[in-house]
Order: sequence, then C-alpha cells, then structure tokens
Amino acid sequence: MKMSGAKIVIESMIQEGVEVVFGYPGGAIMNVYDEIYKQDSFEHILTRHEQAAVHAADGYARATGKVGVAFLTSGPGFTNGVTGLATAYTDSIPLVVISGQVPTGLIGTDAFQEIDAVGISRPCTKHNFLVKDVKDLAYIIKEAFYLAKSGRPGPVHIDIPKDVTAAKTEFVYPKEVDLKTYKPNTKGNKRQLKKAVEAIKQAKKPLVYIGGGAILSNSATLVREFVHTTQIPAVETLMAKGVLRYDDPLNLGMVGMHGTYAANMAMAEADLIISLGARFDDRVTGRLDEFAKDAKIIHIDIDPTSISKIVHADYPIVGDLKNVLEDMMPLIKSQIDPEQYAYFRNIVERYNQLHPLSFHDSDKVLKPQWVIQKTGEILADKAIVVTDVGQHQMWAAQYYPFTYPREFITSGGLGTMGFGFPAAIGAKRAKKDKIVVNFSGDGSILMNIQELVTAYEYKLPVINIILNNNYLGMVRQWQTMFYDDRLAETDLSIQPDFVQLAQACGGKGYRVKTKEEFIQALNDAIKQPVPVMIDVIIDRREIVLPMVPAGESLSNTIVEYHDPKAIENKG
Amino acid sequence: MKKILSVIVENEHGVLARVVNLFAGRGYNIDSLTVAPIPQSNYSRMTIATQGEPHVFEQIAKQLNKLVPVYKVIESDNFIEKEMAMVKFPIENSLSDIDALARCYNGSISNVSDDFIVATIIDRPARIDNFIKGIKRYNPIEIVRSGVSVIDR
Repeated sequence: MKMSGAKIVIESMIQEGVEVVFGYPGGAIMNVYDEIYKQDSFEHILTRHEQAAVHAADGYARATGKVGVAFLTSGPGFTNGVTGLATAYTDSIPLVVISGQVPTGLIGTDAFQEIDAVGISRPCTKHNFLVKDVKDLAYIIKEAFYLAKSGRPGPVHIDIPKDVTAAKTEFVYPKEVDLKTYKPNTKGNKRQLKKAVEAIKQAKKPLVYIGGGAILSNSATLVREFVHTTQIPAVETLMAKGVLRYDDPLNLGMVGMHGTYAANMAMAEADLIISLGARFDDRVTGRLDEFAKDAKIIHIDIDPTSISKIVHADYPIVGDLKNVLEDMMPLIKSQIDPEQYAYFRNIVERYNQLHPLSFHDSDKVLKPQWVIQKTGEILADKAIVVTDVGQHQMWAAQYYPFTYPREFITSGGLGTMGFGFPAAIGAKRAKKDKIVVNFSGDGSILMNIQELVTAYEYKLPVINIILNNNYLGMVRQWQTMFYDDRLAETDLSIQPDFVQLAQACGGKGYRVKTKEEFIQALNDAIKQPVPVMIDVIIDRREIVLPMVPAGESLSNTIVEYHDPKAIENKG
Repeated sequence: MKKILSVIVENEHGVLARVVNLFAGRGYNIDSLTVAPIPQSNYSRMTIATQGEPHVFEQIAKQLNKLVPVYKVIESDNFIEKEMAMVKFPIENSLSDIDALARCYNGSISNVSDDFIVATIIDRPARIDNFIKGIKRYNPIEIVRSGVSVIDR
C-alpha cells in the first residue's frame, strides 16, 4: 500500500516504539501533524517553544536511556531547536529531531520560513539528513535511530521538505541497517586490556575517574563492582553523579572546578588514572600542564576521538565501557589485591577529613546548600533531580544524596541555561512515578518559563525550586573573585513575582525565607497535581566552594573565601 | 609541517561540507583539496593538503573517521604525489621555449589562440613550484593549479 511521506514518519515512529513526541507545528511540517492528528499510537506534547521541545525530548532520553524525539517546523522553528541539539550533542544524548523544510523546488530561493537547516545542524549533531526523495525516508529514519543510540550516542537531525511528506511510496520499514562507513568499535582490544590490568597491578596510587559514559553505557553496576573489588578510590564528573552512591566510602565526590578537595588532591597525586567513560573536560583538568603530572592514564572510551585529545593516554582502550569492564573483571578479580592501595586510601581519607565538603549554615538567612540537603532528606531516591545552569547546579551536584544512575539530569558540556524546566517535563513524562525536581536559579528559570503552561496542560507536576539570590550568581561569583566585585549586568533585583507567575499558568507558587517555610512548602508541593514554583530566597552572596580558578591547577583548590560584602559573616 | 590526507567517502550530498567544516570549525587552513568519484563504486576520494602539528593531524584524522559517511582515512609518508598546472602566456613568447620548458615538467602546449599560449604540466607539487618560478620571465598571465592527488606506493 502506498503511503504519504507524512504517514511514513508516523508509522516509522510506531515501528521504533516511540511513545511520546515533543514538538511544535508550523507550515512546513503540517502534513506530518495532520497524520499525528489521525493516530493514537503515541502522545504528542505541545511545548510552548521549540527549544523546550528538544530539551524535553532530551530529558526524556536521559531519564530512560531511550531515544528522545522532537518535531519542529522549518526556519525559526528549527533554529529555536538548535540549542537543544547542541546541548544533547555535547552530552552525547540520543535524539531524533525531525524538522519540516520548504518544498524541494523552493530550497535556496529564500522562501518563507526557509533556512539551510542541515547546514546549521551539521556541527551540532552526530549526523543529519536532508530527505530529497520519499523513497529514502523510511530507511533514513531507521538509520537515524540506529545512529542516535549506537556507538557514542548523540542527536540526529532529519530535515524533510514539504513535498516529500506529501509524496507517496510503498512503506517498508527496514529490519536493520548496515552502514559500511560506520562501525563503532564496541569490544576493547584484549591485549590493551591486559596491559591496563598490569598497570593497575603495578600502581601504588591509582584513582578511578568516572564520567557520563558510565551512565550512557548502562554500566554503573559494573563500575561499582570494579571499584569495590579493587578498593581503589574514585572521583566522579558532573555527568557521572549516581554511578556510585554519594555515601560510598570510596567515592571522593566530584572532581574539577567545583570538585571536593579530596577528589582534586587525589587527581593531582595519583600515579595511575583509570578513566571510565570520561573525556578530560577543561572543567575537570584545570591547568593542563599541571594535570596529573605523575600519572599514567588508562582511558576507556567508545569514541576514539576522545582518547588522547586533551591528555595523552598511556593505555587507550576503544570500546563500550560495559563490554570492556565485563572483559576486565575476571582479570581484576584474579590479579588485584585491594590491600596494595591501603596507603593511598589512607592519604585521600586524610584529605577528606582536612577539608570535607561543607558550608556555614545560618539561622538568619537560607543557605542554598541546606535547601538542597533538606530536599535530599525529604525526597531521597524518590526523586529525579534536574538542574539549570549556574551556582544552583553545582550546589545540587555537591549536596544532593545521589544513589543511582539517571537520578541527576543536567546540561554538563554545553551548560545551557533554560535546560532544566523542559528537561524536567520530559523526565516526568518518562517516569511518572517519580517526583521530578528542577533546581534552578532566578536567572535560568526565566529562560524557558513559558513551559509552566505545558506542564499544566499535560499534568506533569514538576517542582521547580528556585534558589533565588537576585543575581546571575555564578557570573556574579566570578566578578566578585576575579573582577574586583564589579557586578556588570548580573544584578537581577527586578524580578517577576514567581508565586503569581505560577498561579497565572495554572500552577502553584510558594515564597519561602525560612527553614520551616521551605520544609512546609516542599511537603505541600509533593501533593500538588500541578506544576510548582518554590521561590527560595537565599543568601545573596553565597558562593560555590571549593573552587579551582579557571586556568589553575587542581592542587590550588580554594576551600575558604572571605567575602567582605557578605550579608552575614561566615562562621 | 605539511601533510596530505587521502579520504574515501560515500558519494552523497553534504559530505564535502562535513569534511570541510571539520577544518573550518577548528580554524585550520586547507592548502588544496581535490575530489572525484572512485570508478565503479559509490565512493569518492578526497585528497586534502594541509599544514599543522602532528598531534593536530592525529585528531583531524580521528575526527574525519568519526564522520558517518567517511569510509577510510589514509595517512601515509609514502604517497606518489602529482599535481597539474595550466599556464597562460602572451602570444609574443617563443612557442618553442615554452614547449621545451613544459616538456621538462611532463607537459606540453595545450592550446594556441590569437592572443595566448596555454601550457599544461603534470608533476610533483615541489616541481610545479620550480616550474612557476622558472616561467616568470615569460610573463605568465594566469596560473591554475589543480591541487595535489596522491596514491600510496
């Protein structure tokens, strides 16, 4: 039976087991939306901005590990979604984003709502397609899903001109794809693997460095087994939160710019760094020529371009972390004596005792760290925690008690303000039995505030906890520390009334200034069937510590900072 | 450091843009670039001449390999390199001088019109540099170089 391109899009989604699509219609993609109207196999969630549609699909993908799907129209619809693509690309999140395009004959004529979409998405997607013939459509969609989730995952963009969605052809959905030019290497090289185990055996001060790849490859259980069997201390990146439990005695916490003192010192002193799905981001390494000077490096990564990109890897292993660890564990179990690292464990434990993660609590003003800790006490593992970008993001990473992978959803690589709320909506859609909390700041939350309406309409009661300091806090912190407190354009004293704003969109709002008020508001918020905003008035001058100033080495971690303008003196 | 990469890619629209974007996005210059389909296949071969540090090349080669339509990236120090140059001279020059010179560089005169002589040579890029230096006194009007093509020995 012949089918239109639009219908083929729908049927292909069904074949791929898609249960929800986030999107926003428009002229060039109307044929597809007409077919969405006629079907009831999957749900379509209409966000109020295309950027939010892609972030929501992203949040859905991060919460489930499945491919997130978003539909956009041509021109501005697509360009609004680009930030979403770039966000997913830097964090290796599997998405398929389909955009409408002007009819083939009009491409290149500056037609209404025409933009060179594949030209724009090329550097911020894993791959992209312009479909020129309806006969290719089904295969391209199949290929897109395959590319998005295989190898190093990432977003794939398909641009479909309007005449292609109108044209008809036989629909045959391919069973599998075979790409001669794309064969990700998922099995680690056995010889390299043996050498790596030998290096671990020889090491006196080895350190496990866990990255987001441990979550993407679903290998948290194996990573835990590796760490517990070897008793090697571990540090984690922002993207690896939850791979190890927060209270695992071997977990030294986050490493890097806002990492713990113990994690950063361990990184600086290790003689062997075992990198599991991490990519030596500049926010992790600090000053490169000082980074891990005495350490050999085992680098396990699915993407060969990540290896020896920043730091030379002495033992490169290209492969899926899960496969590599499965192959490695028997060797580890038979060859490694955990006693041999007791000395190093002792050293890092002393670093941890010297400067544990801490803040100065107050009875006069709410501290953001307390708010996050308290949220963790109340919600614990019942919640998925999403964040926007800035100080609140770092505090959430530092102080929330994460216990399992995919519990924490954050824009790590690109650092996209405005990511949190729509991603939380996507996560809530994916995991309706979970409480979904979005920690945000008074800056970030306004960047996709229109999604209150979406959350209300689709009964996705996300709880936004706004850590409100009337500042663009992270930039303000840098201005204070490195720009002599010249607060250029970071003062957000003029703000909407978040309580009324929530109410205006069908949600519920709270404003809290004390601990009691916060506890009460959060306990009430959990019961709400509508989206919630808790406007938490926090200490304006609180800063994120520890901190490694940009371009400094990890051993120069600042753990105390005296702010002369602080509202109340520390300690 | 000069370096030549031979890249075999799927012959489809957009693939040249993907490859070139890799260079452009990182601020690397391409000295020359040639592309043509490989006979009896769905592939094309790109030959890219560029300059940079060895570790940069390693990264570029990996990044090229990562592109979905790239089949193979060949880096070698053992390429046979050839390039073509076409030069237009004023008709006032001695035809035999130019013919003799061109022959020294595997070339010949391709065309003589009322106003111009066009000579074409095919040789190693370094030899083409020499040729271009050597013909200065014949006042060439236009010089067209094809960019280098290579094959592994």
